[in-house]
Amino acid sequence: MSYPTDFKYTREHEWIKSDGKTATIGITDYAQGSLGDIVFVDLPKPGTELTAGKTFGSVESVKAVSDLYAPATCTVTEVNGELATAPEKINKDAHGSWMMKVTLKNPGELNGLLSAADYEKFVAEEGGH
Amino acid sequence: MRYLPKSPADREAILKAIGARSIDDLFAPIPAEYRLNRDLKVPRQMAESEIVDWFRERSRENGDSYAMFLGAGAYYHYRPVIIDSLISRGEFLTAYTPYQAEISQGTLQSIFEFQSMICELTGMEVANASMYDGSTAATEAVMMAVRLTGRRSAVVARNVHPEYREVLATYAFHQNMPVTTIGFADSGRIDLKELEKSVNQDTACVLIQSPNFFGTIEDVNAVAEIAHKNGAMLVVSISEAVSLGIVEPPRQADVVAMEAQSFGVPLGFGGPYCGVIATREKYVRQMPGRLVGQTTDSNGKRGFVLTLATREQHIRREKATSNICTNQALVALMANIFMTVYGKVGLKELAKQNLAKTAYAAQQFGKHAKVLFSAAPRFNEFVVQTSEDPLAINSRLLGQKIIGGLPLKKFYPELGNAALWCCTELTTRAAIDAAVNSVNESQGLAKPSREIAEVTR
Amino acid sequence: MKPKPTIRKATRHVNQNEGLIFEKSSAGKGAWRLPPLDVPEVDTAKLLGSAERKDLGHMPEVSEIEIIRHFTRMSTWNYAIDLGMYPLGSCTMKYNPRVNEVVSRLDGLANGHPYQPENVSQGALRILKTLSDCLIDITGMDAITLQPAAGAHGEFTGLLLVRAHHQSKGHARKKILIPDSAHGTNPATAATVGYAVENLKSNSQGMVDVAALASQMNEDVAALMLTNPNTLGVFEQEIHKIADIMHAKGGLLYMDGANMNALVGKVRPGDFGVDLMHLNLHKTFSTPHGGGGPGSGPVAVKKILEPYLPTPVVITRADGTLGFEYNRPQSVGRVRAFYGNFGMFVRALAYTLANGPDGLRQTTEDAVLNANYIRKGLEGAYDLPYATPSMHEVVFSDKLQAKKGVKTMDIAKRLIDYGFHPYTTAFPLIVPGALMIEPTESESKEEMDLFIDAMKSIAEEVEEDPEMVLAAPHTTRVSRLDEVAAARKPVLRWKPS
Repeated sequence: MSYPTDFKYTREHEWIKSDGKTATIGITDYAQGSLGDIVFVDLPKPGTELTAGKTFGSVESVKAVSDLYAPATCTVTEVNGELATAPEKINKDAHGSWMMKVTLKNPGELNGLLSAADYEKFVAEEGGH
Repeated sequence: MRYLPKSPADREAILKAIGARSIDDLFAPIPAEYRLNRDLKVPRQMAESEIVDWFRERSRENGDSYAMFLGAGAYYHYRPVIIDSLISRGEFLTAYTPYQAEISQGTLQSIFEFQSMICELTGMEVANASMYDGSTAATEAVMMAVRLTGRRSAVVARNVHPEYREVLATYAFHQNMPVTTIGFADSGRIDLKELEKSVNQDTACVLIQSPNFFGTIEDVNAVAEIAHKNGAMLVVSISEAVSLGIVEPPRQADVVAMEAQSFGVPLGFGGPYCGVIATREKYVRQMPGRLVGQTTDSNGKRGFVLTLATREQHIRREKATSNICTNQALVALMANIFMTVYGKVGLKELAKQNLAKTAYAAQQFGKHAKVLFSAAPRFNEFVVQTSEDPLAINSRLLGQKIIGGLPLKKFYPELGNAALWCCTELTTRAAIDAAVNSVNESQGLAKPSREIAEVTR
Repeated sequence: MKPKPTIRKATRHVNQNEGLIFEKSSAGKGAWRLPPLDVPEVDTAKLLGSAERKDLGHMPEVSEIEIIRHFTRMSTWNYAIDLGMYPLGSCTMKYNPRVNEVVSRLDGLANGHPYQPENVSQGALRILKTLSDCLIDITGMDAITLQPAAGAHGEFTGLLLVRAHHQSKGHARKKILIPDSAHGTNPATAATVGYAVENLKSNSQGMVDVAALASQMNEDVAALMLTNPNTLGVFEQEIHKIADIMHAKGGLLYMDGANMNALVGKVRPGDFGVDLMHLNLHKTFSTPHGGGGPGSGPVAVKKILEPYLPTPVVITRADGTLGFEYNRPQSVGRVRAFYGNFGMFVRALAYTLANGPDGLRQTTEDAVLNANYIRKGLEGAYDLPYATPSMHEVVFSDKLQAKKGVKTMDIAKRLIDYGFHPYTTAFPLIVPGALMIEPTESESKEEMDLFIDAMKSIAEEVEEDPEMVLAAPHTTRVSRLDEVAAARKPVLRWKPS
């Protein structure tokens, strides 16, 4: 799997694509693969303020729940309503399925995140298969 | 020991296969200082006949075949015999929780039917597979409202079963949840004016019971309005399930917390009973307890599975909607069979008989004693106030093998010499007349009880 | 041509189909008949006014024979203890004696109202007292409450007692330590009581890491929730050190009694430092699982915690009669209405009387004997992650089979074709791909040999024909069900089409 180079990545397997002050957030292909078939996504309402590194929601498969961690400090502006009725979109195309659109409090924060190459290396080490 | 399927030769062969000299080798991991070197202090091993005799003695000491006027959250109804015939089948009785769906379709389909029938009866959209009992169901329903609204406090009617309120208080204390109790009006219903003043933006829910502890049916619409206009949820507890045959269910409720014991579960000195939570579809992910859902197998065949398990303790662990694991599946099956036996027409007729017996009893008592709360409709319970202490009246009745109404001084001292009486389809006219007669005796108005024959159940 | 395995325990057989009861319903059928009223009829509209219910919707209308066939047919689709072994770990699926069912149905017990006067409740009270005394001696404790309805409810009650204790000492304490091998109800319960959960790592032998415990234990930890033997079936040999570490800093040692089947009559938790514990009557004490309940979760405590027990408690009055005491100012309150799952007390007591002290001891010995027999039989065929001796249960892993892409759940599903219920898969969490097996004392050598043969045969199939295992089960009424669809678009009730 090649990870889009215009995204930044976290060790908790979220991706974030920014264009200055705003950004889009989702989970990576590795994440959807480990979870298995996704049945439900629990996301915050627009207007919610998130702190980098803190949990903001969760993704569920039949037998497991995974917390979602904010890649950056931001405010939620839009949530992908399609995921409420078709969470399987994330399994089909994790990098093309956005979860939330946000305005960033401090765009510089993203410099501390992993690049596509670094994330790929991280995943290879963690996966071990 | 006759439950153990091993001969001494079997044990020898197994020890040899394991490579152990004696069974003591296998208990070596227990430090010697703790090993028990004496027999347990339990009665000696008994033959089956001795066990039956021992419990028969206990049954006799427990007033078997007395006529019964007690209700108060536990109701004496007729149990169709096929309930025990069916639930005693080993495949139901000795089956495990249906986690392995392919070999548990019997349990799963019956739970699905149970969930469906509870929805029909309560007017809700989704119901779970059971909670421990009505008291914990009501408490968990309140906790659910707290999670859903994000608000911290609850408002509870004082005419909700006192022990249910005690349980809520225990749970609320540890969740730092303030609980406000609202008194009842002369009608026996919750005091709407007091309620209006107490519900605010911090109220997660209002909890009422209908029919309430006094047997009175609440004005659910009025309560719902007050709760909802303040953004609070309405939780309605139902402890006498048979009422649903003739009393309109609380369709305006957000959550219904039921006790289904009346549906074919024995009184059994207080348990096991059968709690249920029913609610609207949009709240299902915050609902505690197991849920069975319909699906298909790899060949497109209909089947049933436990679903939405991510709410539960074995996955969510500390973030679970509840810690409940084992529920009340076998008693829910009893309730399922009961609801199926009576069905659409029978449940109504059964409820009507309860109404009729109670109306007659209330009328008879009312001739010489005071029947409270008559301004509002009631189902099968009512409160009688007498000049004589109910304990004395009940003492007289015991001599005729009748167990009288529940004295209320302990729970509602302001009602004075009051007792809660319940009549079901099993209450005979003779028992009612004898009870009324005994009450009237205190006013010198009737035949002395010893002239009246013993009345049996 | 791949040789077909010989499956000795089960054979395919035609069984009956049955739809939902609503699909059989039609107006005018009924299975009920009430006797005629001996009091005047009532006008429900007049009595109830707007509270009158007019319609019972789609409640079914069926005859008695249809109900008998409906449930009988469905019952034949279930596996059950009466049919064979359940190797489920920590569930203790033992024989459910039938005399238990008979005595619980005796009229005075089955139809006793919880509020009937004490002088006609002496039978029930005597049952409560006798069972309590037996359980107190079995656990080595000083007092007990029978109120909690199940194990998780017992854990909840236990933690309330822990909190009450610490509050009485003036310092509420905020944390509970829980081993990573613990059952999910443990952390879920701690959170319900408002405690923060701190994980305690297991050491390389799968037991509590005592050094880690020593470093994590401080004056803000209220208690350690321990299962002993733990969920690997291993007895915590350093239990005295564990208890000492807790007590030295004023903490309490709570034991989850789910694994009591390894201890009854051989050792008592109260003797090795446990301060309070819950029991599962539906595990160790033979009350039936009934498809998921009812259970019962009594909590036994040492003297220091007695004042906090839920109200009411059973007492012996001056005249020798038994009664309930409600005046308990330090009690944590009630955890449910009435007194507990009384029907389960009757059954658990009948089980205890049927066994006596020698029977109980022999039962525990056979439980441990059986688990070790299975361990020996499967060693080599399956990976054994911990070499520590097993008591009443043993945990293997799917490590060897995973090389062929076969996981514990697949092996479990194939075991169904061999006529057994699966063992516990994927628990405890500290063993990835776990196979957790507890036979209980109720299994004969014959049944266990069938089980061992089946598991060995499946291990061979994994090597020679993994597809057979991956697509299992092949012989059930329904094949693997779509749990993903069930969770994505839940259908939780029947609706008329």
